Amino acid sequence: MSTVPISGRHMPPSVPFTGYQLGASYDEMFSASGVPRAHYGALHRHLLELPDEQMRRRKSVADQSFLHQGITFTVYGKDEGTERIFPHDLVPRIITSTEWSRVERGLEQRIRALNEFLKDIYHEGRILNDNVVPREMVYSCRHFRREMRGLDVPRGIYITVVGTDLIRLPSGEFVILEDNLRVPSGVSYMLTSRQVMKRVFPEWFRQTQVRPIEPYPHALLATLRSLAQEGRPDPTIVLLSPGVFNSAYFEHAFLARQMGIQLVEGRDLVVNDNILYMRTTTGLERVDVIYRRVDDDFIDPLAFRSDSILGVPGLFNSYRAGNVTLANAIGTGIADDKALYAYVPRIIRYYLNEEPIINNVETFLMTEEKERRHVTGNLEKYVVKAVGESGGYGMLIGPHSTADERAEFRTRIETDPRNYIAQPTIQLSTAPCFIDGCIEPRHIDLRPYILFGDKVTIVPGGLTRVALKKGSLVVNSSQGGGSKDTWVVNE
Amino acid sequence: MLSRVADNLYWMSRYLERAEHTARLLDVQLGLILETGQESGDGRWMRLVQCLGITAKPPSEEDPSRLIHWLAFDAASRASIVTAIGTARENARQVREMISSEMWEQVNRMYHDARAISAGGYQDRDPLDFLHEVITGCHLFRGLVSATMNHGEGWQFIRLGRYIERAGLVSTLLDVHFREFLPDGRASIDPGDHLEWIGLLKSCTAFEAYCKVYTAELGAGRIAEFLLLNREFPHSVRYAVDNMQSSLGQLPEGASSQGSSRLHRLAGRLQASLNFSQMDEILADGLSAYLADVQRQCIQIHHVLHQVYIDYPIETAIEA
Repeated sequence: MSTVPISGRHMPPSVPFTGYQLGASYDEMFSASGVPRAHYGALHRHLLELPDEQMRRRKSVADQSFLHQGITFTVYGKDEGTERIFPHDLVPRIITSTEWSRVERGLEQRIRALNEFLKDIYHEGRILNDNVVPREMVYSCRHFRREMRGLDVPRGIYITVVGTDLIRLPSGEFVILEDNLRVPSGVSYMLTSRQVMKRVFPEWFRQTQVRPIEPYPHALLATLRSLAQEGRPDPTIVLLSPGVFNSAYFEHAFLARQMGIQLVEGRDLVVNDNILYMRTTTGLERVDVIYRRVDDDFIDPLAFRSDSILGVPGLFNSYRAGNVTLANAIGTGIADDKALYAYVPRIIRYYLNEEPIINNVETFLMTEEKERRHVTGNLEKYVVKAVGESGGYGMLIGPHSTADERAEFRTRIETDPRNYIAQPTIQLSTAPCFIDGCIEPRHIDLRPYILFGDKVTIVPGGLTRVALKKGSLVVNSSQGGGSKDTWVVNE
Repeated sequence: MLSRVADNLYWMSRYLERAEHTARLLDVQLGLILETGQESGDGRWMRLVQCLGITAKPPSEEDPSRLIHWLAFDAASRASIVTAIGTARENARQVREMISSEMWEQVNRMYHDARAISAGGYQDRDPLDFLHEVITGCHLFRGLVSATMNHGEGWQFIRLGRYIERAGLVSTLLDVHFREFLPDGRASIDPGDHLEWIGLLKSCTAFEAYCKVYTAELGAGRIAEFLLLNREFPHSVRYAVDNMQSSLGQLPEGASSQGSSRLHRLAGRLQASLNFSQMDEILADGLSAYLADVQRQCIQIHHVLHQVYIDYPIETAIEA
């Protein structure tokens, strides 16, 4: 990694970086104390020159802008109905285009392999017959949908929209932390945060060539369109949302508006004779492709959970009959099961005959007795995750846990080993954040968004999530995380 | 357009019309207190509640500050301005992708401002400031509706909501006022009530417009004629119904053609009555009965509109 050539010398950090302490993690901005990396040089100078009150003022302009656009979540409980904006940090995270092109290639490779895997396990199951992935691992996953066996999906594409979480090891290497293949969210924060940043810091964008992310909605629409059935030249595409009470509702409305498609809820749709329609003021109108933001379980009360009121009775039959496309397909959750994650490098080698471009984080399977014994004996060193959970729930972070919590997880693992995996505690990389008038390091990850239709499209960058609590390693918004703008720049 | 979306746009618009009307009526009443010197005891506040067509029981009959709170700031009261803005915004939130960002940001800003005032701190503010902000905010929103979104189907549902609500509100206001200040058997205005009649006109932003047509000389018949039958004044009942009818004419035919023609017949009948009636005849037959009939027809149009475009049975609508 190149740095500003002040060889070997450590500079004393200057205001507003006085409190900036480098830890064991890789720091995105500094290669050594007070020495910014080359691609951060311009931003570092800007931050040095920008008076504190200017930064505060722009922060409040940005916050107002989020509030007025309604980019908020509702706080339930004690002060019902108050709305808070999603925490957002003003200091952008910068990735060089060299680093990015490797990430891009690695993600495309991974998506293609995982898609092959899904096609295979819902058809012949070659990978299971060849004992590369254990059969029981697949069939015991609660996201495996036997209803999908033998069903051909349009273009053979199961995972249309993917949000993959990457982190940086202390060496600076990007690795994959998890794949989100069901209904990944957060892309609206990536897009709106860029809009707001352009308004608040136009001068930064004038000086730096930041690669644009704005084409995302158009690319998503084109991808969805490419999945329509044959013989429907002007397909109707809709976005299916659980409705206004869903925490990602802002995003659903935002994307629908950006794409110019209808935002529908289950109650707007009706199936007749295996054809799906939406209720409009002029009568029923046929629907061809659904970008669905409703989980498998809730999508059709006749096929899956019968208590769901979010879904559409008969939708799955219409899907089976090939009259409507769902993106993502049903049953993709099997491939982002956290235990299956450990097999992804093998899956890539099996289908593509290539070495993985981006590595996994070392993962211990609790179903393997040796690994389980090792982990349960050293829980304070590991992060334990429930395989089917997301959003930072059902997790034990060893170094930050109490003895009671560890004892509880030990019992849970012993009772249901298939449900847990363990990974070493990784010091996520840190990036500068504007905290109370100073700039301090906070841990971050990266979630790029990948679209897969007639081709693979990845907009440069993604959502950088920040653990705003000092020292915290949990970046999920449900657990006090925030976000920041992500720039891919040419060196 | 999705039926649910049409429904949300319609109600968003109705609630904003209601918020603006409530704010203006309160504003006028607070002005009248200054001019007449009577703060309570003359049934003014209960009359205001009736003018707004509110059937819920107010918290106090003659304590002005509690009533103002209930009508303006109280988020728990279904009659308050804050609630009307909140409901409008909730409807807007469900159709965010259908309205322009400018519209959404305006209604969202009004909501946050109203919530902040409602949650505390309104005591040390002049309520008039708040009422004026609401009125200006609604004007701004209407301007944005007109300037920033397609004048297509959704826009027509917004107009329908606004004008159905307005026709109902103005006719209720007229009815209550005439029963109070021009009881049976009296033909002309009591000079002591002069300010109240100006107040009635101001409640519909009609005072200046009235003067241009009839001069500042107030006559009960003329006021009724102006607010009920004037073709050009935007807050007259006839104007509202004319616009409602024009919006209905722009809508595509609904899921059932039978229902569509019924809707046009109902709206056409009401429009014809307002276009061709004579004020002296209405007064002779009883204004109150005529206004009650207008209100009944508005409600009927609302129901049929709902049946034709929003809540139709699926069997009648399966694509051929």
